[in-house]
Amino acid sequence: MAEPYLSAADMRGGYGKADILNGCTLTVERGQIAVIVGPNGAGKSTAMKAVFGMLNLREGSVRLAGEDITQLTPQERVRKGMGFVPQTHNIFPTMTVEENLEMGAFIRDDDFRDTMEQVYTLFPAVAEKRKQNAGELSGGQRQQVAVGRALMTRPSLLMLDEPTAGVSPIVMDELFDRIIEVARTGISILMVEQNARQALEIADIGYVLVQGANRYTDTGQALLADPEVRRTFLGG
Amino acid sequence: MDILNALVAILNFVVIPAAAYGAQLALGALGVTLIYGILRFSNFAHGDTMAFGTALVILVTWGLQALGISLGPLPTALLALPIGIALTSVLVLGVDRAVYRFYRRKRSAPIILVMASVGVMFIMNGLTRLVIGVDEIRFDDGARFLISVQQFRAWTGLSEGLSLRVSQALTLVVTALACWALFRFLNRSRAGKAMRAYSDNEDLALLSGIDPERVVRLTWLIAAALAVTAGTLYGLDKSFKVFNYFQILLPIFAASIVGGLGNPLGAVAGGFIVAFSEVAVTYPWRKIAAYLGFETDGLLQLLSTEYKFAVSFVILIVVLLFRPTGLFRGKSV
Amino acid sequence: MSNTRQADAVSPWRAPILFLILVALFVAEGTMRNALFSGSWNTALAILNMGLISAIMALGVNMQWGYAGLFNAGVVGFLALGGLAPVLISTEPVQGAWAAGGARVLVALVVGLGTLVLAAQVWRRFSGPLRVPALIAVLIIGFVVYRGLFDPAVMAIEANDSARTGNIGGLGWPVLLSWPVGALFAAAAAWGVGKVALGLRSDYLAIATLGIGEIIVAVMRNEEWLSRGVKNVSGIPRPVPYELDLQNSPDFVARAADWGLSPTVASGIWVKLLYAGLFGLVLLGLILLAELALKSPWGRMMRAIRDNETAAEAMGKDVTRRHLQIFIIGSAVIGLAGAMMVTLDGLLSPTSFNPLRYTFLIWVMVIVGGSGNNWGAALGAILIWFLWIKAEVWGPEFMRLVTAPMPEGVLRDHLLGSAPHMRFIALGLVLLVVLRFAPRGLVPEK
Repeated sequence: MAEPYLSAADMRGGYGKADILNGCTLTVERGQIAVIVGPNGAGKSTAMKAVFGMLNLREGSVRLAGEDITQLTPQERVRKGMGFVPQTHNIFPTMTVEENLEMGAFIRDDDFRDTMEQVYTLFPAVAEKRKQNAGELSGGQRQQVAVGRALMTRPSLLMLDEPTAGVSPIVMDELFDRIIEVARTGISILMVEQNARQALEIADIGYVLVQGANRYTDTGQALLADPEVRRTFLGG
Repeated sequence: MDILNALVAILNFVVIPAAAYGAQLALGALGVTLIYGILRFSNFAHGDTMAFGTALVILVTWGLQALGISLGPLPTALLALPIGIALTSVLVLGVDRAVYRFYRRKRSAPIILVMASVGVMFIMNGLTRLVIGVDEIRFDDGARFLISVQQFRAWTGLSEGLSLRVSQALTLVVTALACWALFRFLNRSRAGKAMRAYSDNEDLALLSGIDPERVVRLTWLIAAALAVTAGTLYGLDKSFKVFNYFQILLPIFAASIVGGLGNPLGAVAGGFIVAFSEVAVTYPWRKIAAYLGFETDGLLQLLSTEYKFAVSFVILIVVLLFRPTGLFRGKSV
Repeated sequence: MSNTRQADAVSPWRAPILFLILVALFVAEGTMRNALFSGSWNTALAILNMGLISAIMALGVNMQWGYAGLFNAGVVGFLALGGLAPVLISTEPVQGAWAAGGARVLVALVVGLGTLVLAAQVWRRFSGPLRVPALIAVLIIGFVVYRGLFDPAVMAIEANDSARTGNIGGLGWPVLLSWPVGALFAAAAAWGVGKVALGLRSDYLAIATLGIGEIIVAVMRNEEWLSRGVKNVSGIPRPVPYELDLQNSPDFVARAADWGLSPTVASGIWVKLLYAGLFGLVLLGLILLAELALKSPWGRMMRAIRDNETAAEAMGKDVTRRHLQIFIIGSAVIGLAGAMMVTLDGLLSPTSFNPLRYTFLIWVMVIVGGSGNNWGAALGAILIWFLWIKAEVWGPEFMRLVTAPMPEGVLRDHLLGSAPHMRFIALGLVLLVVLRFAPRGLVPEK
């Protein structure tokens, strides 16, 4: 069996003395959407930060496209093809939309105008406001800028930490549509979501995390159909 | 005719001096605000960096004068300025390496960095005294006036005179050029945008692959260049005295806070707001009132010049009370 | 600050050893006569007395910084304000000054304050489009009335025998009474500044205090009716006898002879010893009070706030209010020291209040001594003061040593002449080195 595109195996670690992750494994195939759900404090965001290298792992490894990247810094992982959208503070508020995208492409030395046009095609609402300061946009548009910024490095794996936190249901649907479009271009998506039900709808694979360890792993549809998961984590 | 005389008097005693002083403050405040935006602390050593840089410029000016080099009608100090900037930059970068970098890596509280900057202030102050002494020094040479009072009276036939000193005109021109270059750099160049990005959102800038140490170095270089320029222009306009450069710290801080710490455009506006308030409040308006037909015994001076720093302070307090992030929305942390 | 505070084991002997070093230094100063020391007990005691006062200043700064993390960059202002108290309370009343304009000045000041209070009320009570115009109107009218009352009154006072006095004069009350009054003056100013600048980002207090410091000093320099400005106020009464009186007392001269001392030397030493006793008493009393306060629930809360402001706030503590309290108390202590210093000098010299000497030197004392530890701050203050004074002698000596091999000439003269400036560099270096390598100071907080 071929190795999955991203394979974060048996991760253990935390910020202080106590571990937050207790043997968490996440894999994503090329072009797949993987969603991490779970109760508050289950270590969902921590797991994603561990994949991105913002947390020192005590045990376990992270492999991207067959290469072990466990020891790399987040910046180095960006160069390896990871894109990360933090949950908050994910834009440069006093810079224009266009400058935000430019900063996203900071590590690229080649011409990135094509990528920028692709981002604008993906997010037409944002394209109209390219000369406006990102801080003046609405919540949903800011998230689009944030995703667009991360796309500027042409990542092969895009990680989103609760992209729909604090946006209205309509905007959420819209964002999820865009994310599906991104995945169709062959980019793998790893996403942490509070809105578990809607997120699992679009998930190729879903991880239910409890206390820093995998509880259920299955396709999104299968998890949604599982009565046990529904009762415990999806509120009926 | 009296209205014209009043206007000329206002121009001569308020607008021109305040504009020159405001430009000097703006350059100083730009440095403070950039350092705040990138390094996130109020640099108490900024006034003494200005003093040190100016002292070097004066030394080089003397050297050039001894060699018989001059710029004709312009002050020789202008020629010495790049050398002063270069030398000060070296010192400032060395200080960052030796002092601030340690706390930056440790992510110390901003107030610790403020404290360290006080230590640096002492050293810079001592160095300045060491190289040039504590006496008042005048170092502007070349032509003194662009427009002199006599010329102006002769041209216009007004009883009120107007003078524009070379140093004042120079201050305005140099400041305009410096601001133009700085804003062009910040808004157009990759490195400038990286600086703004780092100031906006440090973590995201790191994620985007912006090298923080490069940004910091660049910030110090620009701040040093602005500081030496501001200090030299201030010295040309008034005179050079070490202690005055410590005292100018307050109006500079006031200017950068009024404009919103971390906001360069705000710093420029803040510099002029502080300068115009200071001059307007300490200027005796009796003469102008007389031209307009109000004869009084009093000087019509709101505050004596000894209290000019109180003006900065009051502006500061008012801003802190009503709009702590400044008029142009600086950092709110 | 907070993260370097973990309790590494620190020898309990640190403070006593530092104390012994200090004693040794002062004994050396008093007994050894060479290039380094003066060999005069009068000099040694003079340094000690100012050292004790510096220790009190350091205590005040330490309360603000060590216990609350507040950066007061205007120590010099609070000090100067405290120093005004002996003049206003204890000097002899000036003939005719009150009649000339005393009452009018008071009324003017009340009008000035009342304008500010009224403006604040207007701002609070009014709303809508009239708010700003009303505020401005109140301020303008208030200012005009204030100046209308104030200026002629001040002119009258300053015209009153301007060669000898020209100031409002004092009340002629005992000088010791002026010390707590000095503390009150400083506390009042601290309340005003703290009310505005506390609760905002930490740099703001530093900048605001820098401003108020400069303004207070400017007021002292320029308001001749109050402090005689550059003309200085001398002849401030003493809580101890005058040397001249002692020298004229046969009793004292006889006792001095028993000790083998000339009356001049003995009277100087005796007066300074009395001062040292008085200052030492105040210092010890303050340390005792501070230590007691720290061990109380109030002190524990203070430290909890300092170590984790966010957590304390989350627990419902009113951090800004506590900060205001400690800021006022610390400033009061600084004001007290100011009153004591002016009493010791017998002279108020407004031009001598220099921020480098009276704000930042005190800071170095606290940081070096051990921020957060009262004993450390006090010992650090005396040590740094001793070194600061001696650097005046040692600096040129050192320079002479360094420049000895150099040929005579402009450069050598320049270096020799600029030795005093080395003090600033040395002070800055000491601050930076201690902050970096021993952030907890010589005597760390327990």
